Amino acid sequence: MRVSKPVVMLDQVVIRFAGDSGDGMQLTGDRFTSDTAMLGNDLRTLPNYPAEIRAPQGTVPGVSSFQLHFGDHHIQTPGDAPDVLVVMNPAALKANIADTPRGATIIVDKDEFTTRNLTKVGYATNPIEDGSLDSYKVHALPLTSMTVGALSHLKLTRKEAERSKNMFALGLLSWMYHRPTSLTEDFLTAKFGKKPLILEANLTAYRAGWNYGETTEDFAVSYEVKPAPMDKGLYRNISGNVALSYGLVAAAEIAGVQLFLGSYPITPASDILHELAKLKKFGVITFQAEDEIAGVGAALGASYGGSLGITTTSGPGIALKSEAIGLGVMLELPLVIIDVQRGGPSTGLPTKTEQSDLLQAMYGRNGESPCVVLAPATPSDCFDTAIQACRIALEYRTPVFVLSDGYIANGSEPWLIPSVDSLPEININLATEPNSENGDFLPYLRDKDTLARAFAVPGTKGLEHRIGGVEKADKTGAISYDPANHDFMVRTRAAKVAGVKVPDLVIDDPSDQAEVLILGWGSTFGPISAAVQVLRETGHDVAQAHLRNLNPFPKNLGTVLHSYKRVIVPEMNLGQLARMIRGEYLVDVVGFDQVRGMPFTTEQIVNATLEAFNV
Amino acid sequence: MSELTLTKKDFTSDQEVRWCPGCGDYSILSTMQSFLPELGIPREKIVFISGIGCSSRFPYYLETYGMHSIHGRAPAIATGLAVSRPDLSVWVITGDGDALSIGGNHLIHALRRNADLKILLFNNRIYGLTKGQYSPTSEKGKITKSSPYGSLDTPFSPISLALGAEASFVARTVDSDRKHLTETLRAASLHKGSALIEIYQNCPIFNDGAFDPIKDSDTKDDVLLKLEHGQPITSASHGVVSDGRGLLSVKPLSEIDPSQLVIHDANIQDPTYAFALSRLSGSTLEHVPVGVFRDVERAPFSQLIHNQISDVIAKEGKGELASLLTGSDTWQVG
Repeated sequence: MRVSKPVVMLDQVVIRFAGDSGDGMQLTGDRFTSDTAMLGNDLRTLPNYPAEIRAPQGTVPGVSSFQLHFGDHHIQTPGDAPDVLVVMNPAALKANIADTPRGATIIVDKDEFTTRNLTKVGYATNPIEDGSLDSYKVHALPLTSMTVGALSHLKLTRKEAERSKNMFALGLLSWMYHRPTSLTEDFLTAKFGKKPLILEANLTAYRAGWNYGETTEDFAVSYEVKPAPMDKGLYRNISGNVALSYGLVAAAEIAGVQLFLGSYPITPASDILHELAKLKKFGVITFQAEDEIAGVGAALGASYGGSLGITTTSGPGIALKSEAIGLGVMLELPLVIIDVQRGGPSTGLPTKTEQSDLLQAMYGRNGESPCVVLAPATPSDCFDTAIQACRIALEYRTPVFVLSDGYIANGSEPWLIPSVDSLPEININLATEPNSENGDFLPYLRDKDTLARAFAVPGTKGLEHRIGGVEKADKTGAISYDPANHDFMVRTRAAKVAGVKVPDLVIDDPSDQAEVLILGWGSTFGPISAAVQVLRETGHDVAQAHLRNLNPFPKNLGTVLHSYKRVIVPEMNLGQLARMIRGEYLVDVVGFDQVRGMPFTTEQIVNATLEAFNV
Repeated sequence: MSELTLTKKDFTSDQEVRWCPGCGDYSILSTMQSFLPELGIPREKIVFISGIGCSSRFPYYLETYGMHSIHGRAPAIATGLAVSRPDLSVWVITGDGDALSIGGNHLIHALRRNADLKILLFNNRIYGLTKGQYSPTSEKGKITKSSPYGSLDTPFSPISLALGAEASFVARTVDSDRKHLTETLRAASLHKGSALIEIYQNCPIFNDGAFDPIKDSDTKDDVLLKLEHGQPITSASHGVVSDGRGLLSVKPLSEIDPSQLVIHDANIQDPTYAFALSRLSGSTLEHVPVGVFRDVERAPFSQLIHNQISDVIAKEGKGELASLLTGSDTWQVG
C-alpha cells in the first residue's frame, strides 16, 4: 500500500502504546517494532506492564504500555518521553499523561471515554472535551466503533469484533509512519492461520486502520524516518532474554557440552526458561524444578556430570539459591547464575527494573565465597555476556553471575547477527588420567596459570574420587580441618576468582581531555550513552566507560579512576558499585542513584552530570 | 562389557570411617560395599550423593564417584546429575532430618518425577550430628535437648509420605539385618526410576535402643511382618487381614483362618493398598512391615526427557546454531 498524502521527514520518533492489559498493547508494540526494524531504523523498546495478569479492567493499575524509540541514527534508549501517545481508554490516559510533554500527539479511542470509564479512574469531566488537553495535538477517534463497523460483515459478536481494535490502531500508526504492511499481514496469517475468522477480523481491522489514515482529513500528513546508518551485515531484532538464551546455547555448542537449565518460574526471568524449553533440538535439557533451590541444585548436579549447568532467577529467587552457589564455590564446579534483577527487597516490584542485586551477587553467601560477576549492557550484549560467563565458568570451574535486569530482558534492539565462526573457543579441558606421580587422581591439583582445579566427571575410569562442602585438603580434596590448610584454601579460591582474565576497560573520550568520567554498569549503558552524546553536543567534555566485568574488575580500572577529577556512577540502586569502587580503589566517586523501577532518562543523567561539573 | 570381577575391597575407599562406635551406619556401609560388586557396574559409573547429617558421610567411604552436598538438597542435585547422565547409577544417601525436614520438598518431587535415583533414608528418629534434637520421625512426647518437656510434633511415616508422593518403589529394611538389607538393595537396584528405602538405623549415642522391639530376639519375630511378593503377610504370631473396604489390620494368627490372610502384591498400580500397609506400624513399633511395599513400573524421568529430545530432533532435525541466531525476521544492511 502506498501513502499519497504529503510526507514530513523526521529524524526520530518515540511512540507509546497504552491500554488495558487485555487490549493487546504488547503485541501491537512488538509488531510495530518488527516492521520498524525491517525498515532499517535503529530502535530501542521498553515494555511496561503490571504484575497482575488481569488487573481490574479499566483501572490505572491495569494499564499496560509499550514504548518504542526509532530513528535515522544510532538510538540508545527507548526515549525519555513519548512524541506520540496512543491511549485505548481513560485509565491509559491518566497513567501516561504526566510523562507526555505538551505539544505531543495523542491518539485516543474516544468510544472508551464513557461516563462510567471516566468515573472509574476519577475523571470528573471528559478530558477530551474539557480543554485539559488543549496543549496537545489530540486525535479523538472512534477506534472501537470503526473497528466494529469494519468487521460488520463477519459473524462476530460486538465483543469479539472489539478485540481487533488494537490492530486498527496498529494499521493507523503504520500508515502514519510508512511501515510496510506485508510483515504484519504475514505474522497474523501465521498466528491465526488455523482460525480463519479471527485472522480475517484482524487483517480487516489492520487494513481498515491503514485506510482510515489515508482517507480521513484528521491526518493531513504522514511521516517518514529514513533508515539509520549501521554496520554492514544481516540484522534481526532481539530482546535481552532471548539473546541470553541464544548465548547459552551457543556456548554449549562451542564447548561441546550439554546445556542443562534448572529453573523455577519467576518474573522477569521466566522467558529464558520458555525460550530454552523450545530448543530441545539442540539437546538442551530444561528442568522446571520444585523451587529455586532445586533449580540451582540440579544445575550444579548436571555440571558435576560434565554438562553446562545454568540456573535463572529474579528478585528473591537469588536469595534462595545462595547456599547452593556456596557449594559451587567450594566444589569448584562450573555454574552460571542468571539473575534478571527486579525491584526489591522481598517481592518488591516484580515487573519493574532495578540493579540492586550487585552486592548480593558479590557477598551474599556465608564464608569467604567469591564468585565471578558480569553484567550485560544492552539486549544484544546479553548474547556475548552469556558466552563469556559460560567460558569462565567452564574453564575456571567457578560459579559466575550474569546480572541482567528487567529493562534489557524485555527491551529489544537490532542485532548484527554474528557468524558462528567468529565466536570464541571454550575448552572445558576435563581430566582423563591420573595427575600425580603415584598414579592417584588429585581433584584439587590446580592449573598454575588459571588456578582451575583438575575436573574429572563421573564415568572417567580410574579417577573415582569424592568431593564435598566440607573444607578440603589442598590437592587431594580429602576432608581437612587443619587451620593452615583452611587459610590457604580460602586465599586460593579468592586468588582464582581475582585472577580470572577479563578485558581492559575501554574509555570513550573523543576530546582526550575530559576531566569528568561517567562510569556505568549493566543496563544503564543506553541512557548514559545518550546523555554523553547530549553533553558533548552542548560543549562538555566528558568521558564514558562501562563495566561488564564487576568481579574481577578490569586490571586497568584503578588507573582509569585515578586519572579523572570526578567520576560519576549512575546506578538503579543506592550506590552499590560506588561502594565497591570506594572500598577497592579509595576513589570518592559521585553516585547518582535512582530506584523508580524505570530506567534513567537521558535528561536525568545529563542534569546529574552538569551538577557534578559545577561542584 | 567384559565380565567385571570386583570385590568388596574394590569399593572400599582409603578414608578412615568416623562414625561413633556401635553406629548402625557401619553395618549399612559394609553391606553396601559387599553388595556393589553384584551390580556389575564399573566403579566409575556409580555415584553416591548425600546431604548433611551423620549418614551423609557415607560417600567418602566408597571407592566410587561421590559428592557430600548440602543439607536436604541431595535429591535435587542428584536429579540434575541423573537426568543429564542416564549412563550413571546414582544413589542418594540421606537421613530423617535431611530428607524429611529441610529437604522434604526435594524428596517428594524426586519421587513423583520418578527420577532415576536409589534413595537410602537412614531413619534413626533423632538429629545425631547436631547432638540430639527430635527429628520429624521422632515419636510424639520424646524428651530431647530441644524438647525437655516432650516433643509436640506428630511424626511422619517416611513410607506413607513416599507413597503419597507417587513413589514407584518403596521399601523398608533394618540396619542390622544384613541379608534383608542386601535383598532390599538388590530389589531397588533392579527397579527403573526412583526407589526409596527406609532403613531403620540405631543411633547408640542419642537414641539408643529406638528399634529394640524389631531387633531383640525375644520380640522381633512377633513384630516384623515380612513383605514377600505372593506370600501371606505374617509374623510368628500375627497376620494381616483386610476388612474388605481397603483397611488392613493385624490379628493374632490364633484368631483368624489362614484363608483370610492378605497375600502381598507389591505390583498393584493403585497405591492405596501399600499405603494401608504403611499405616500398620506406628511409633510404638508394635507391628512393623519390612520389605518391598510397592514396586510398579513407570517410565523413569531421564528416559522421558531424552525420548522427548529424540522425538523433537526426529521431527524438526538437529538444531543448527547459525539458523537459530538468524531466526526468521532479518534485514540486510549494505
